[in-house]
Amino acid sequence: MDATVDTSLRFVPRQDGRLSKLFDSKPFLVALCMLPTAGLLLIFLTYPLGLGIWLSFTDTTIGQKGEFIGLENFVSLFHDPVFWTAVFFTIFYTAVATVGKFLLGLWLAMLLNHHIPFKAFIRAIVLLPWIVPTVLSSIAWWWIYDPQFSIISYVMVNVLHISNHYYDFLGTPWAARGSLIVANIWRGIPFVAITLLAGLQTISPSLYEAALLDGASGWQKFRRITVPLLMPILSVALTLSVLFTFSDFQLVYAITRGGPFNSTHLMATLAFQRAIPGSQLGEGAAIAVSMIPFLIVATLLCFFGVGRRKWQQGSGND
Amino acid sequence: MTEAVLTDTPADVAVATGKSIDKPELLSWDSRARRMVTIYVPLSLFVIVLLFPFYWMAVTSVKPDYEMYDYKKYNPFLVHSPTLENIRKLLFDTDYPHWLMTTMGIATAATFLSVFSSVLAAYAIERLRFRGAQHVGLAIYLAYLVPPTILFIPLATMVFQFGLFDSPLSLILTYPTFLIPFCTWLLIGYFKSIPYELEECALIDGASRLQILWRITLPLAVPGLISAGIFAFTLSWNEFIYALAFIQSTEKKTVPVAILTELVTGDVYQWGSLMAGSLLGSVPVAIIYSFFVEYYVSSMTGAVKE
Repeated sequence: MDATVDTSLRFVPRQDGRLSKLFDSKPFLVALCMLPTAGLLLIFLTYPLGLGIWLSFTDTTIGQKGEFIGLENFVSLFHDPVFWTAVFFTIFYTAVATVGKFLLGLWLAMLLNHHIPFKAFIRAIVLLPWIVPTVLSSIAWWWIYDPQFSIISYVMVNVLHISNHYYDFLGTPWAARGSLIVANIWRGIPFVAITLLAGLQTISPSLYEAALLDGASGWQKFRRITVPLLMPILSVALTLSVLFTFSDFQLVYAITRGGPFNSTHLMATLAFQRAIPGSQLGEGAAIAVSMIPFLIVATLLCFFGVGRRKWQQGSGND
Repeated sequence: MTEAVLTDTPADVAVATGKSIDKPELLSWDSRARRMVTIYVPLSLFVIVLLFPFYWMAVTSVKPDYEMYDYKKYNPFLVHSPTLENIRKLLFDTDYPHWLMTTMGIATAATFLSVFSSVLAAYAIERLRFRGAQHVGLAIYLAYLVPPTILFIPLATMVFQFGLFDSPLSLILTYPTFLIPFCTWLLIGYFKSIPYELEECALIDGASRLQILWRITLPLAVPGLISAGIFAFTLSWNEFIYALAFIQSTEKKTVPVAILTELVTGDVYQWGSLMAGSLLGSVPVAIIYSFFVEYYVSSMTGAVKE
């Protein structure tokens, strides 16, 4: 971002050494260094992005090159209740899970910011849900949500005696949605907590001391010192979290595969189901492409909405 | 910003925050009981909830079947007669060892490819400072924001066309799309923290640019390389959707995909083997993570802060 290094020192005249002139020419070096990255990203990221948009306007199926059919895919999706259920659930899932993750994550970060024994160890094990492959921990959740042998039901019924029947966590639409959101929050808390903890640690303790001398309450300290100073890192973490929750795939695919009655399909799982097992690549691409506007809006909202403060300060605070 | 990456070591953290932040609270209201209720109780709840699925995974994977499905007779939280039967079945009756090796190979290859490309790109952007370097950096950051779930369909058609379908190469080549942006961004941060004067000295001494990169910058950026490497490795290990879409034959699958598609068969789930498989599949990343936890945390927070 910032170009603070004195540029006049960059081109030091130098006695010609053993190495060929070619490797001394900057344009050549830049091209050489950027080649692998640019090549990989252009071929496997930029091109497919464009190709995906093109595919969404065709009726391509697996094994058969499609033809341009205009907006037909989008029109049929527009009249498809399953698609709208998926759109609704994707937004609902993102919104509820993000709020849950950030509230609980912030709380955990503030707990970890105290002086507690074994802090480094606790911080390390708390990250486990984040680093373990999502599919594998999702399978564990699937087992926890088992209708017959759910350990949660067991605790509720046989240990705490709160309820007298076993819950069917994944059997009805709303129960399944709630269960998925809980699993997603569980997975997301560590990331939020650890990044916000890093942000909390940059806040100077003297600010809190000053506030204490001025007679600020705990809530005032939180509201007037912690929150504003956390905003820059919060906005980045929020953007990433919303983006990856919105485009989530693994968790839902592993636990419910969109069921019961297609009620827990995210846009990503629906796109997969239509495109790969259903072999309607064009239609799947159309669903995937419809995620793009949502992603852009969500990113801009998070980044500029929450992180405006940092943005206005310009790049000087890098 | 740059310093954040460097100074987030545990010692600094402990000194900088823990104690000093506590002081004002000690002054005001810090009784032992209150501290217990506001800190230790919620913290223990967090730890229990965050770790319980792993405990449950571990307990289930060593339970014999008759115990697993009889909560009346056996307390489900404990194992009465632990057995390795589930793990034995997994290792000898399925292709599990094969899946582990495949995943390891793909993750290693994708990691090397990504770190290699990222080092060169980050060096070019941060140190060669060509015209438009900032825009290239921004473009790479934006690439990080493109989720794989909107890319896998077009990528699947490309993989077909290139004849890479069902080949590990399809994954090795596509994983860098989400690894390179992250690693590049991380390494730019590290390169920024290395004093430019060192390179100037080397330039004056007659070193070429590549010599500087190889002899001066890279050795100093080793922590950054390790961070980028372990992050790339865990991300490739955890990747799911590409591996699900591009690989078909049983023996070429990666662990997460294989467990979900090969071990889940029929209506009766073999929970013991499933849990054993999930546990073993998590172990490699957990081991790597436990060795490099500080690098991991600092790269995670450092990259977010960038």
